[in-house]
Amino acid sequence: MKRLVSRLFLVLALPALLVVVWWLASDSSTNVFWPPLRTILDTFPDVWTAERLRDDVLPSIWRLTAGYALAAVVGVAVGTVIGSYRRVRALCEPVLEFLRAIPPPVLIPVIMLFAGIGDTMKVTVIASGCVWPILLNTVEGVRALDPVMVETARSYGISGPSRLRNLVLRSASPQIFAGLRQALSIGIILMVISEMFAASNGIGFTIVQFQRSFAVPDMWTGILVLGLLGFLLSVLFQLVERRALAWYHGRRASTRRSP
Amino acid sequence: MRLRNAALGAAGLAAFLALGEAVPRLGLVKEEYFPPTSRIARAFADELSDDTFWTALGDTLTGWALGLAIAATAGIVIGVVLSVVPHLREATASTIEFLRPIPSVALIPLAVLLYGSELRSVLLLVVYASFWQVLIQTLYGVQDVDPVADETARSYGLGTWARVRHVLWPTALPYVMTGVRLAAAVALILAITGELVIGAPGLGARIAVAQNSQAVPEMYALIVVTGLLGLLINVGARTVERRALAWHQSVRGEVAV
Repeated sequence: MKRLVSRLFLVLALPALLVVVWWLASDSSTNVFWPPLRTILDTFPDVWTAERLRDDVLPSIWRLTAGYALAAVVGVAVGTVIGSYRRVRALCEPVLEFLRAIPPPVLIPVIMLFAGIGDTMKVTVIASGCVWPILLNTVEGVRALDPVMVETARSYGISGPSRLRNLVLRSASPQIFAGLRQALSIGIILMVISEMFAASNGIGFTIVQFQRSFAVPDMWTGILVLGLLGFLLSVLFQLVERRALAWYHGRRASTRRSP
Repeated sequence: MRLRNAALGAAGLAAFLALGEAVPRLGLVKEEYFPPTSRIARAFADELSDDTFWTALGDTLTGWALGLAIAATAGIVIGVVLSVVPHLREATASTIEFLRPIPSVALIPLAVLLYGSELRSVLLLVVYASFWQVLIQTLYGVQDVDPVADETARSYGLGTWARVRHVLWPTALPYVMTGVRLAAAVALILAITGELVIGAPGLGARIAVAQNSQAVPEMYALIVVTGLLGLLINVGARTVERRALAWHQSVRGEVAV
């Protein structure tokens, strides 16, 4: 019990302290750009009403989900193919390295040419930015298959979809998840930026509107919402990852204990 | 073996470029949306002979290098301090986990209000985004210190500073280098994004101008430049990493960005 309390204290003390410091330091602030925290929190419920959640937050999340899912499917599928064949990998590697090195946000102008400024553009932008870390990590993961396991699977006659699911994807999954995690933060960035460019709704659009009309406390609430969204998605991702990779973390923990 | 891989890679690159030439020529996509490789190459050559291009490149690299330097220094120093001072690591863990996933682009509106389209706006984004990469890796690295080595150093009477220098730092260095390499890539993305969205001088702003004035081949040429820049930074960071860790048997699997 005492340990639980002290743990809880360690987890909560600094965040609480920081909020208090922010509150006190900004309380009498007359600087337009740093409004008092009190004002920001007062503004929050007025700005993020149910209506706004429906019209701005949901479309953003929908675009992110669609683009991210598309990138995950394409990345894992293509990555598995490329990773499985040594020749194909050597053929594609320089091109992939180059495509990966392009900062994803510069694709927005290009994709705007093809797809206009609608949802298709935003989903495509998110997918085209997220796909590279997933693809390259899948290639690495598939390439690093344990040769002993490959031979074992072969001698047991495991092949086809069962081999793919139980051997290839499973043993590559820690790498694939590392790629998915990187893709998630790129996805959020691209979601916001594509909405800042050309949009009529979405979180990024809303925040830029506030900034342009100098509604500074409203803008701050938008920043808070983005922060919360990023945090929630990362927690969600961790939960999914922990479940999906439970076997892997368990094995790592046991190898670490026995030297 | 290696030679054959290089040959295959070159063939892949050639096929990619040829595809870029053929697809618009055959009318599969409109030429004004996707110009053939040769026209992009010509626009690329024009850029190289343009003084304003080099100024823009310089601006981008300044933002990148300055931001990365600040973020790396802060990340390493704070990471080491958090791990060396007792209980500080646990006390800050939740805050770090909370702040880290906040997307750096959320700060764009604030940066615009505070600094307008100056270098400082870009720096704010770059430093925020790349700081976490270095900090997290430093924290992991310091955690990896062998307790036996640390105890040995203690019993030989090494002080805190000497232990940081001789035990902690060599253990953490491979992690720190990985962090800096990841941060270098992230810093470039954020530098160019900042210029693109905020309009601070640099390659990103030039891409925005090319887009607004319908100069499509120039836009593609500039995008190719950013890709090449990213490639150079990746290769450079890997080289530095290999040099700095020449003494270290790096057996850890690397994660591609």
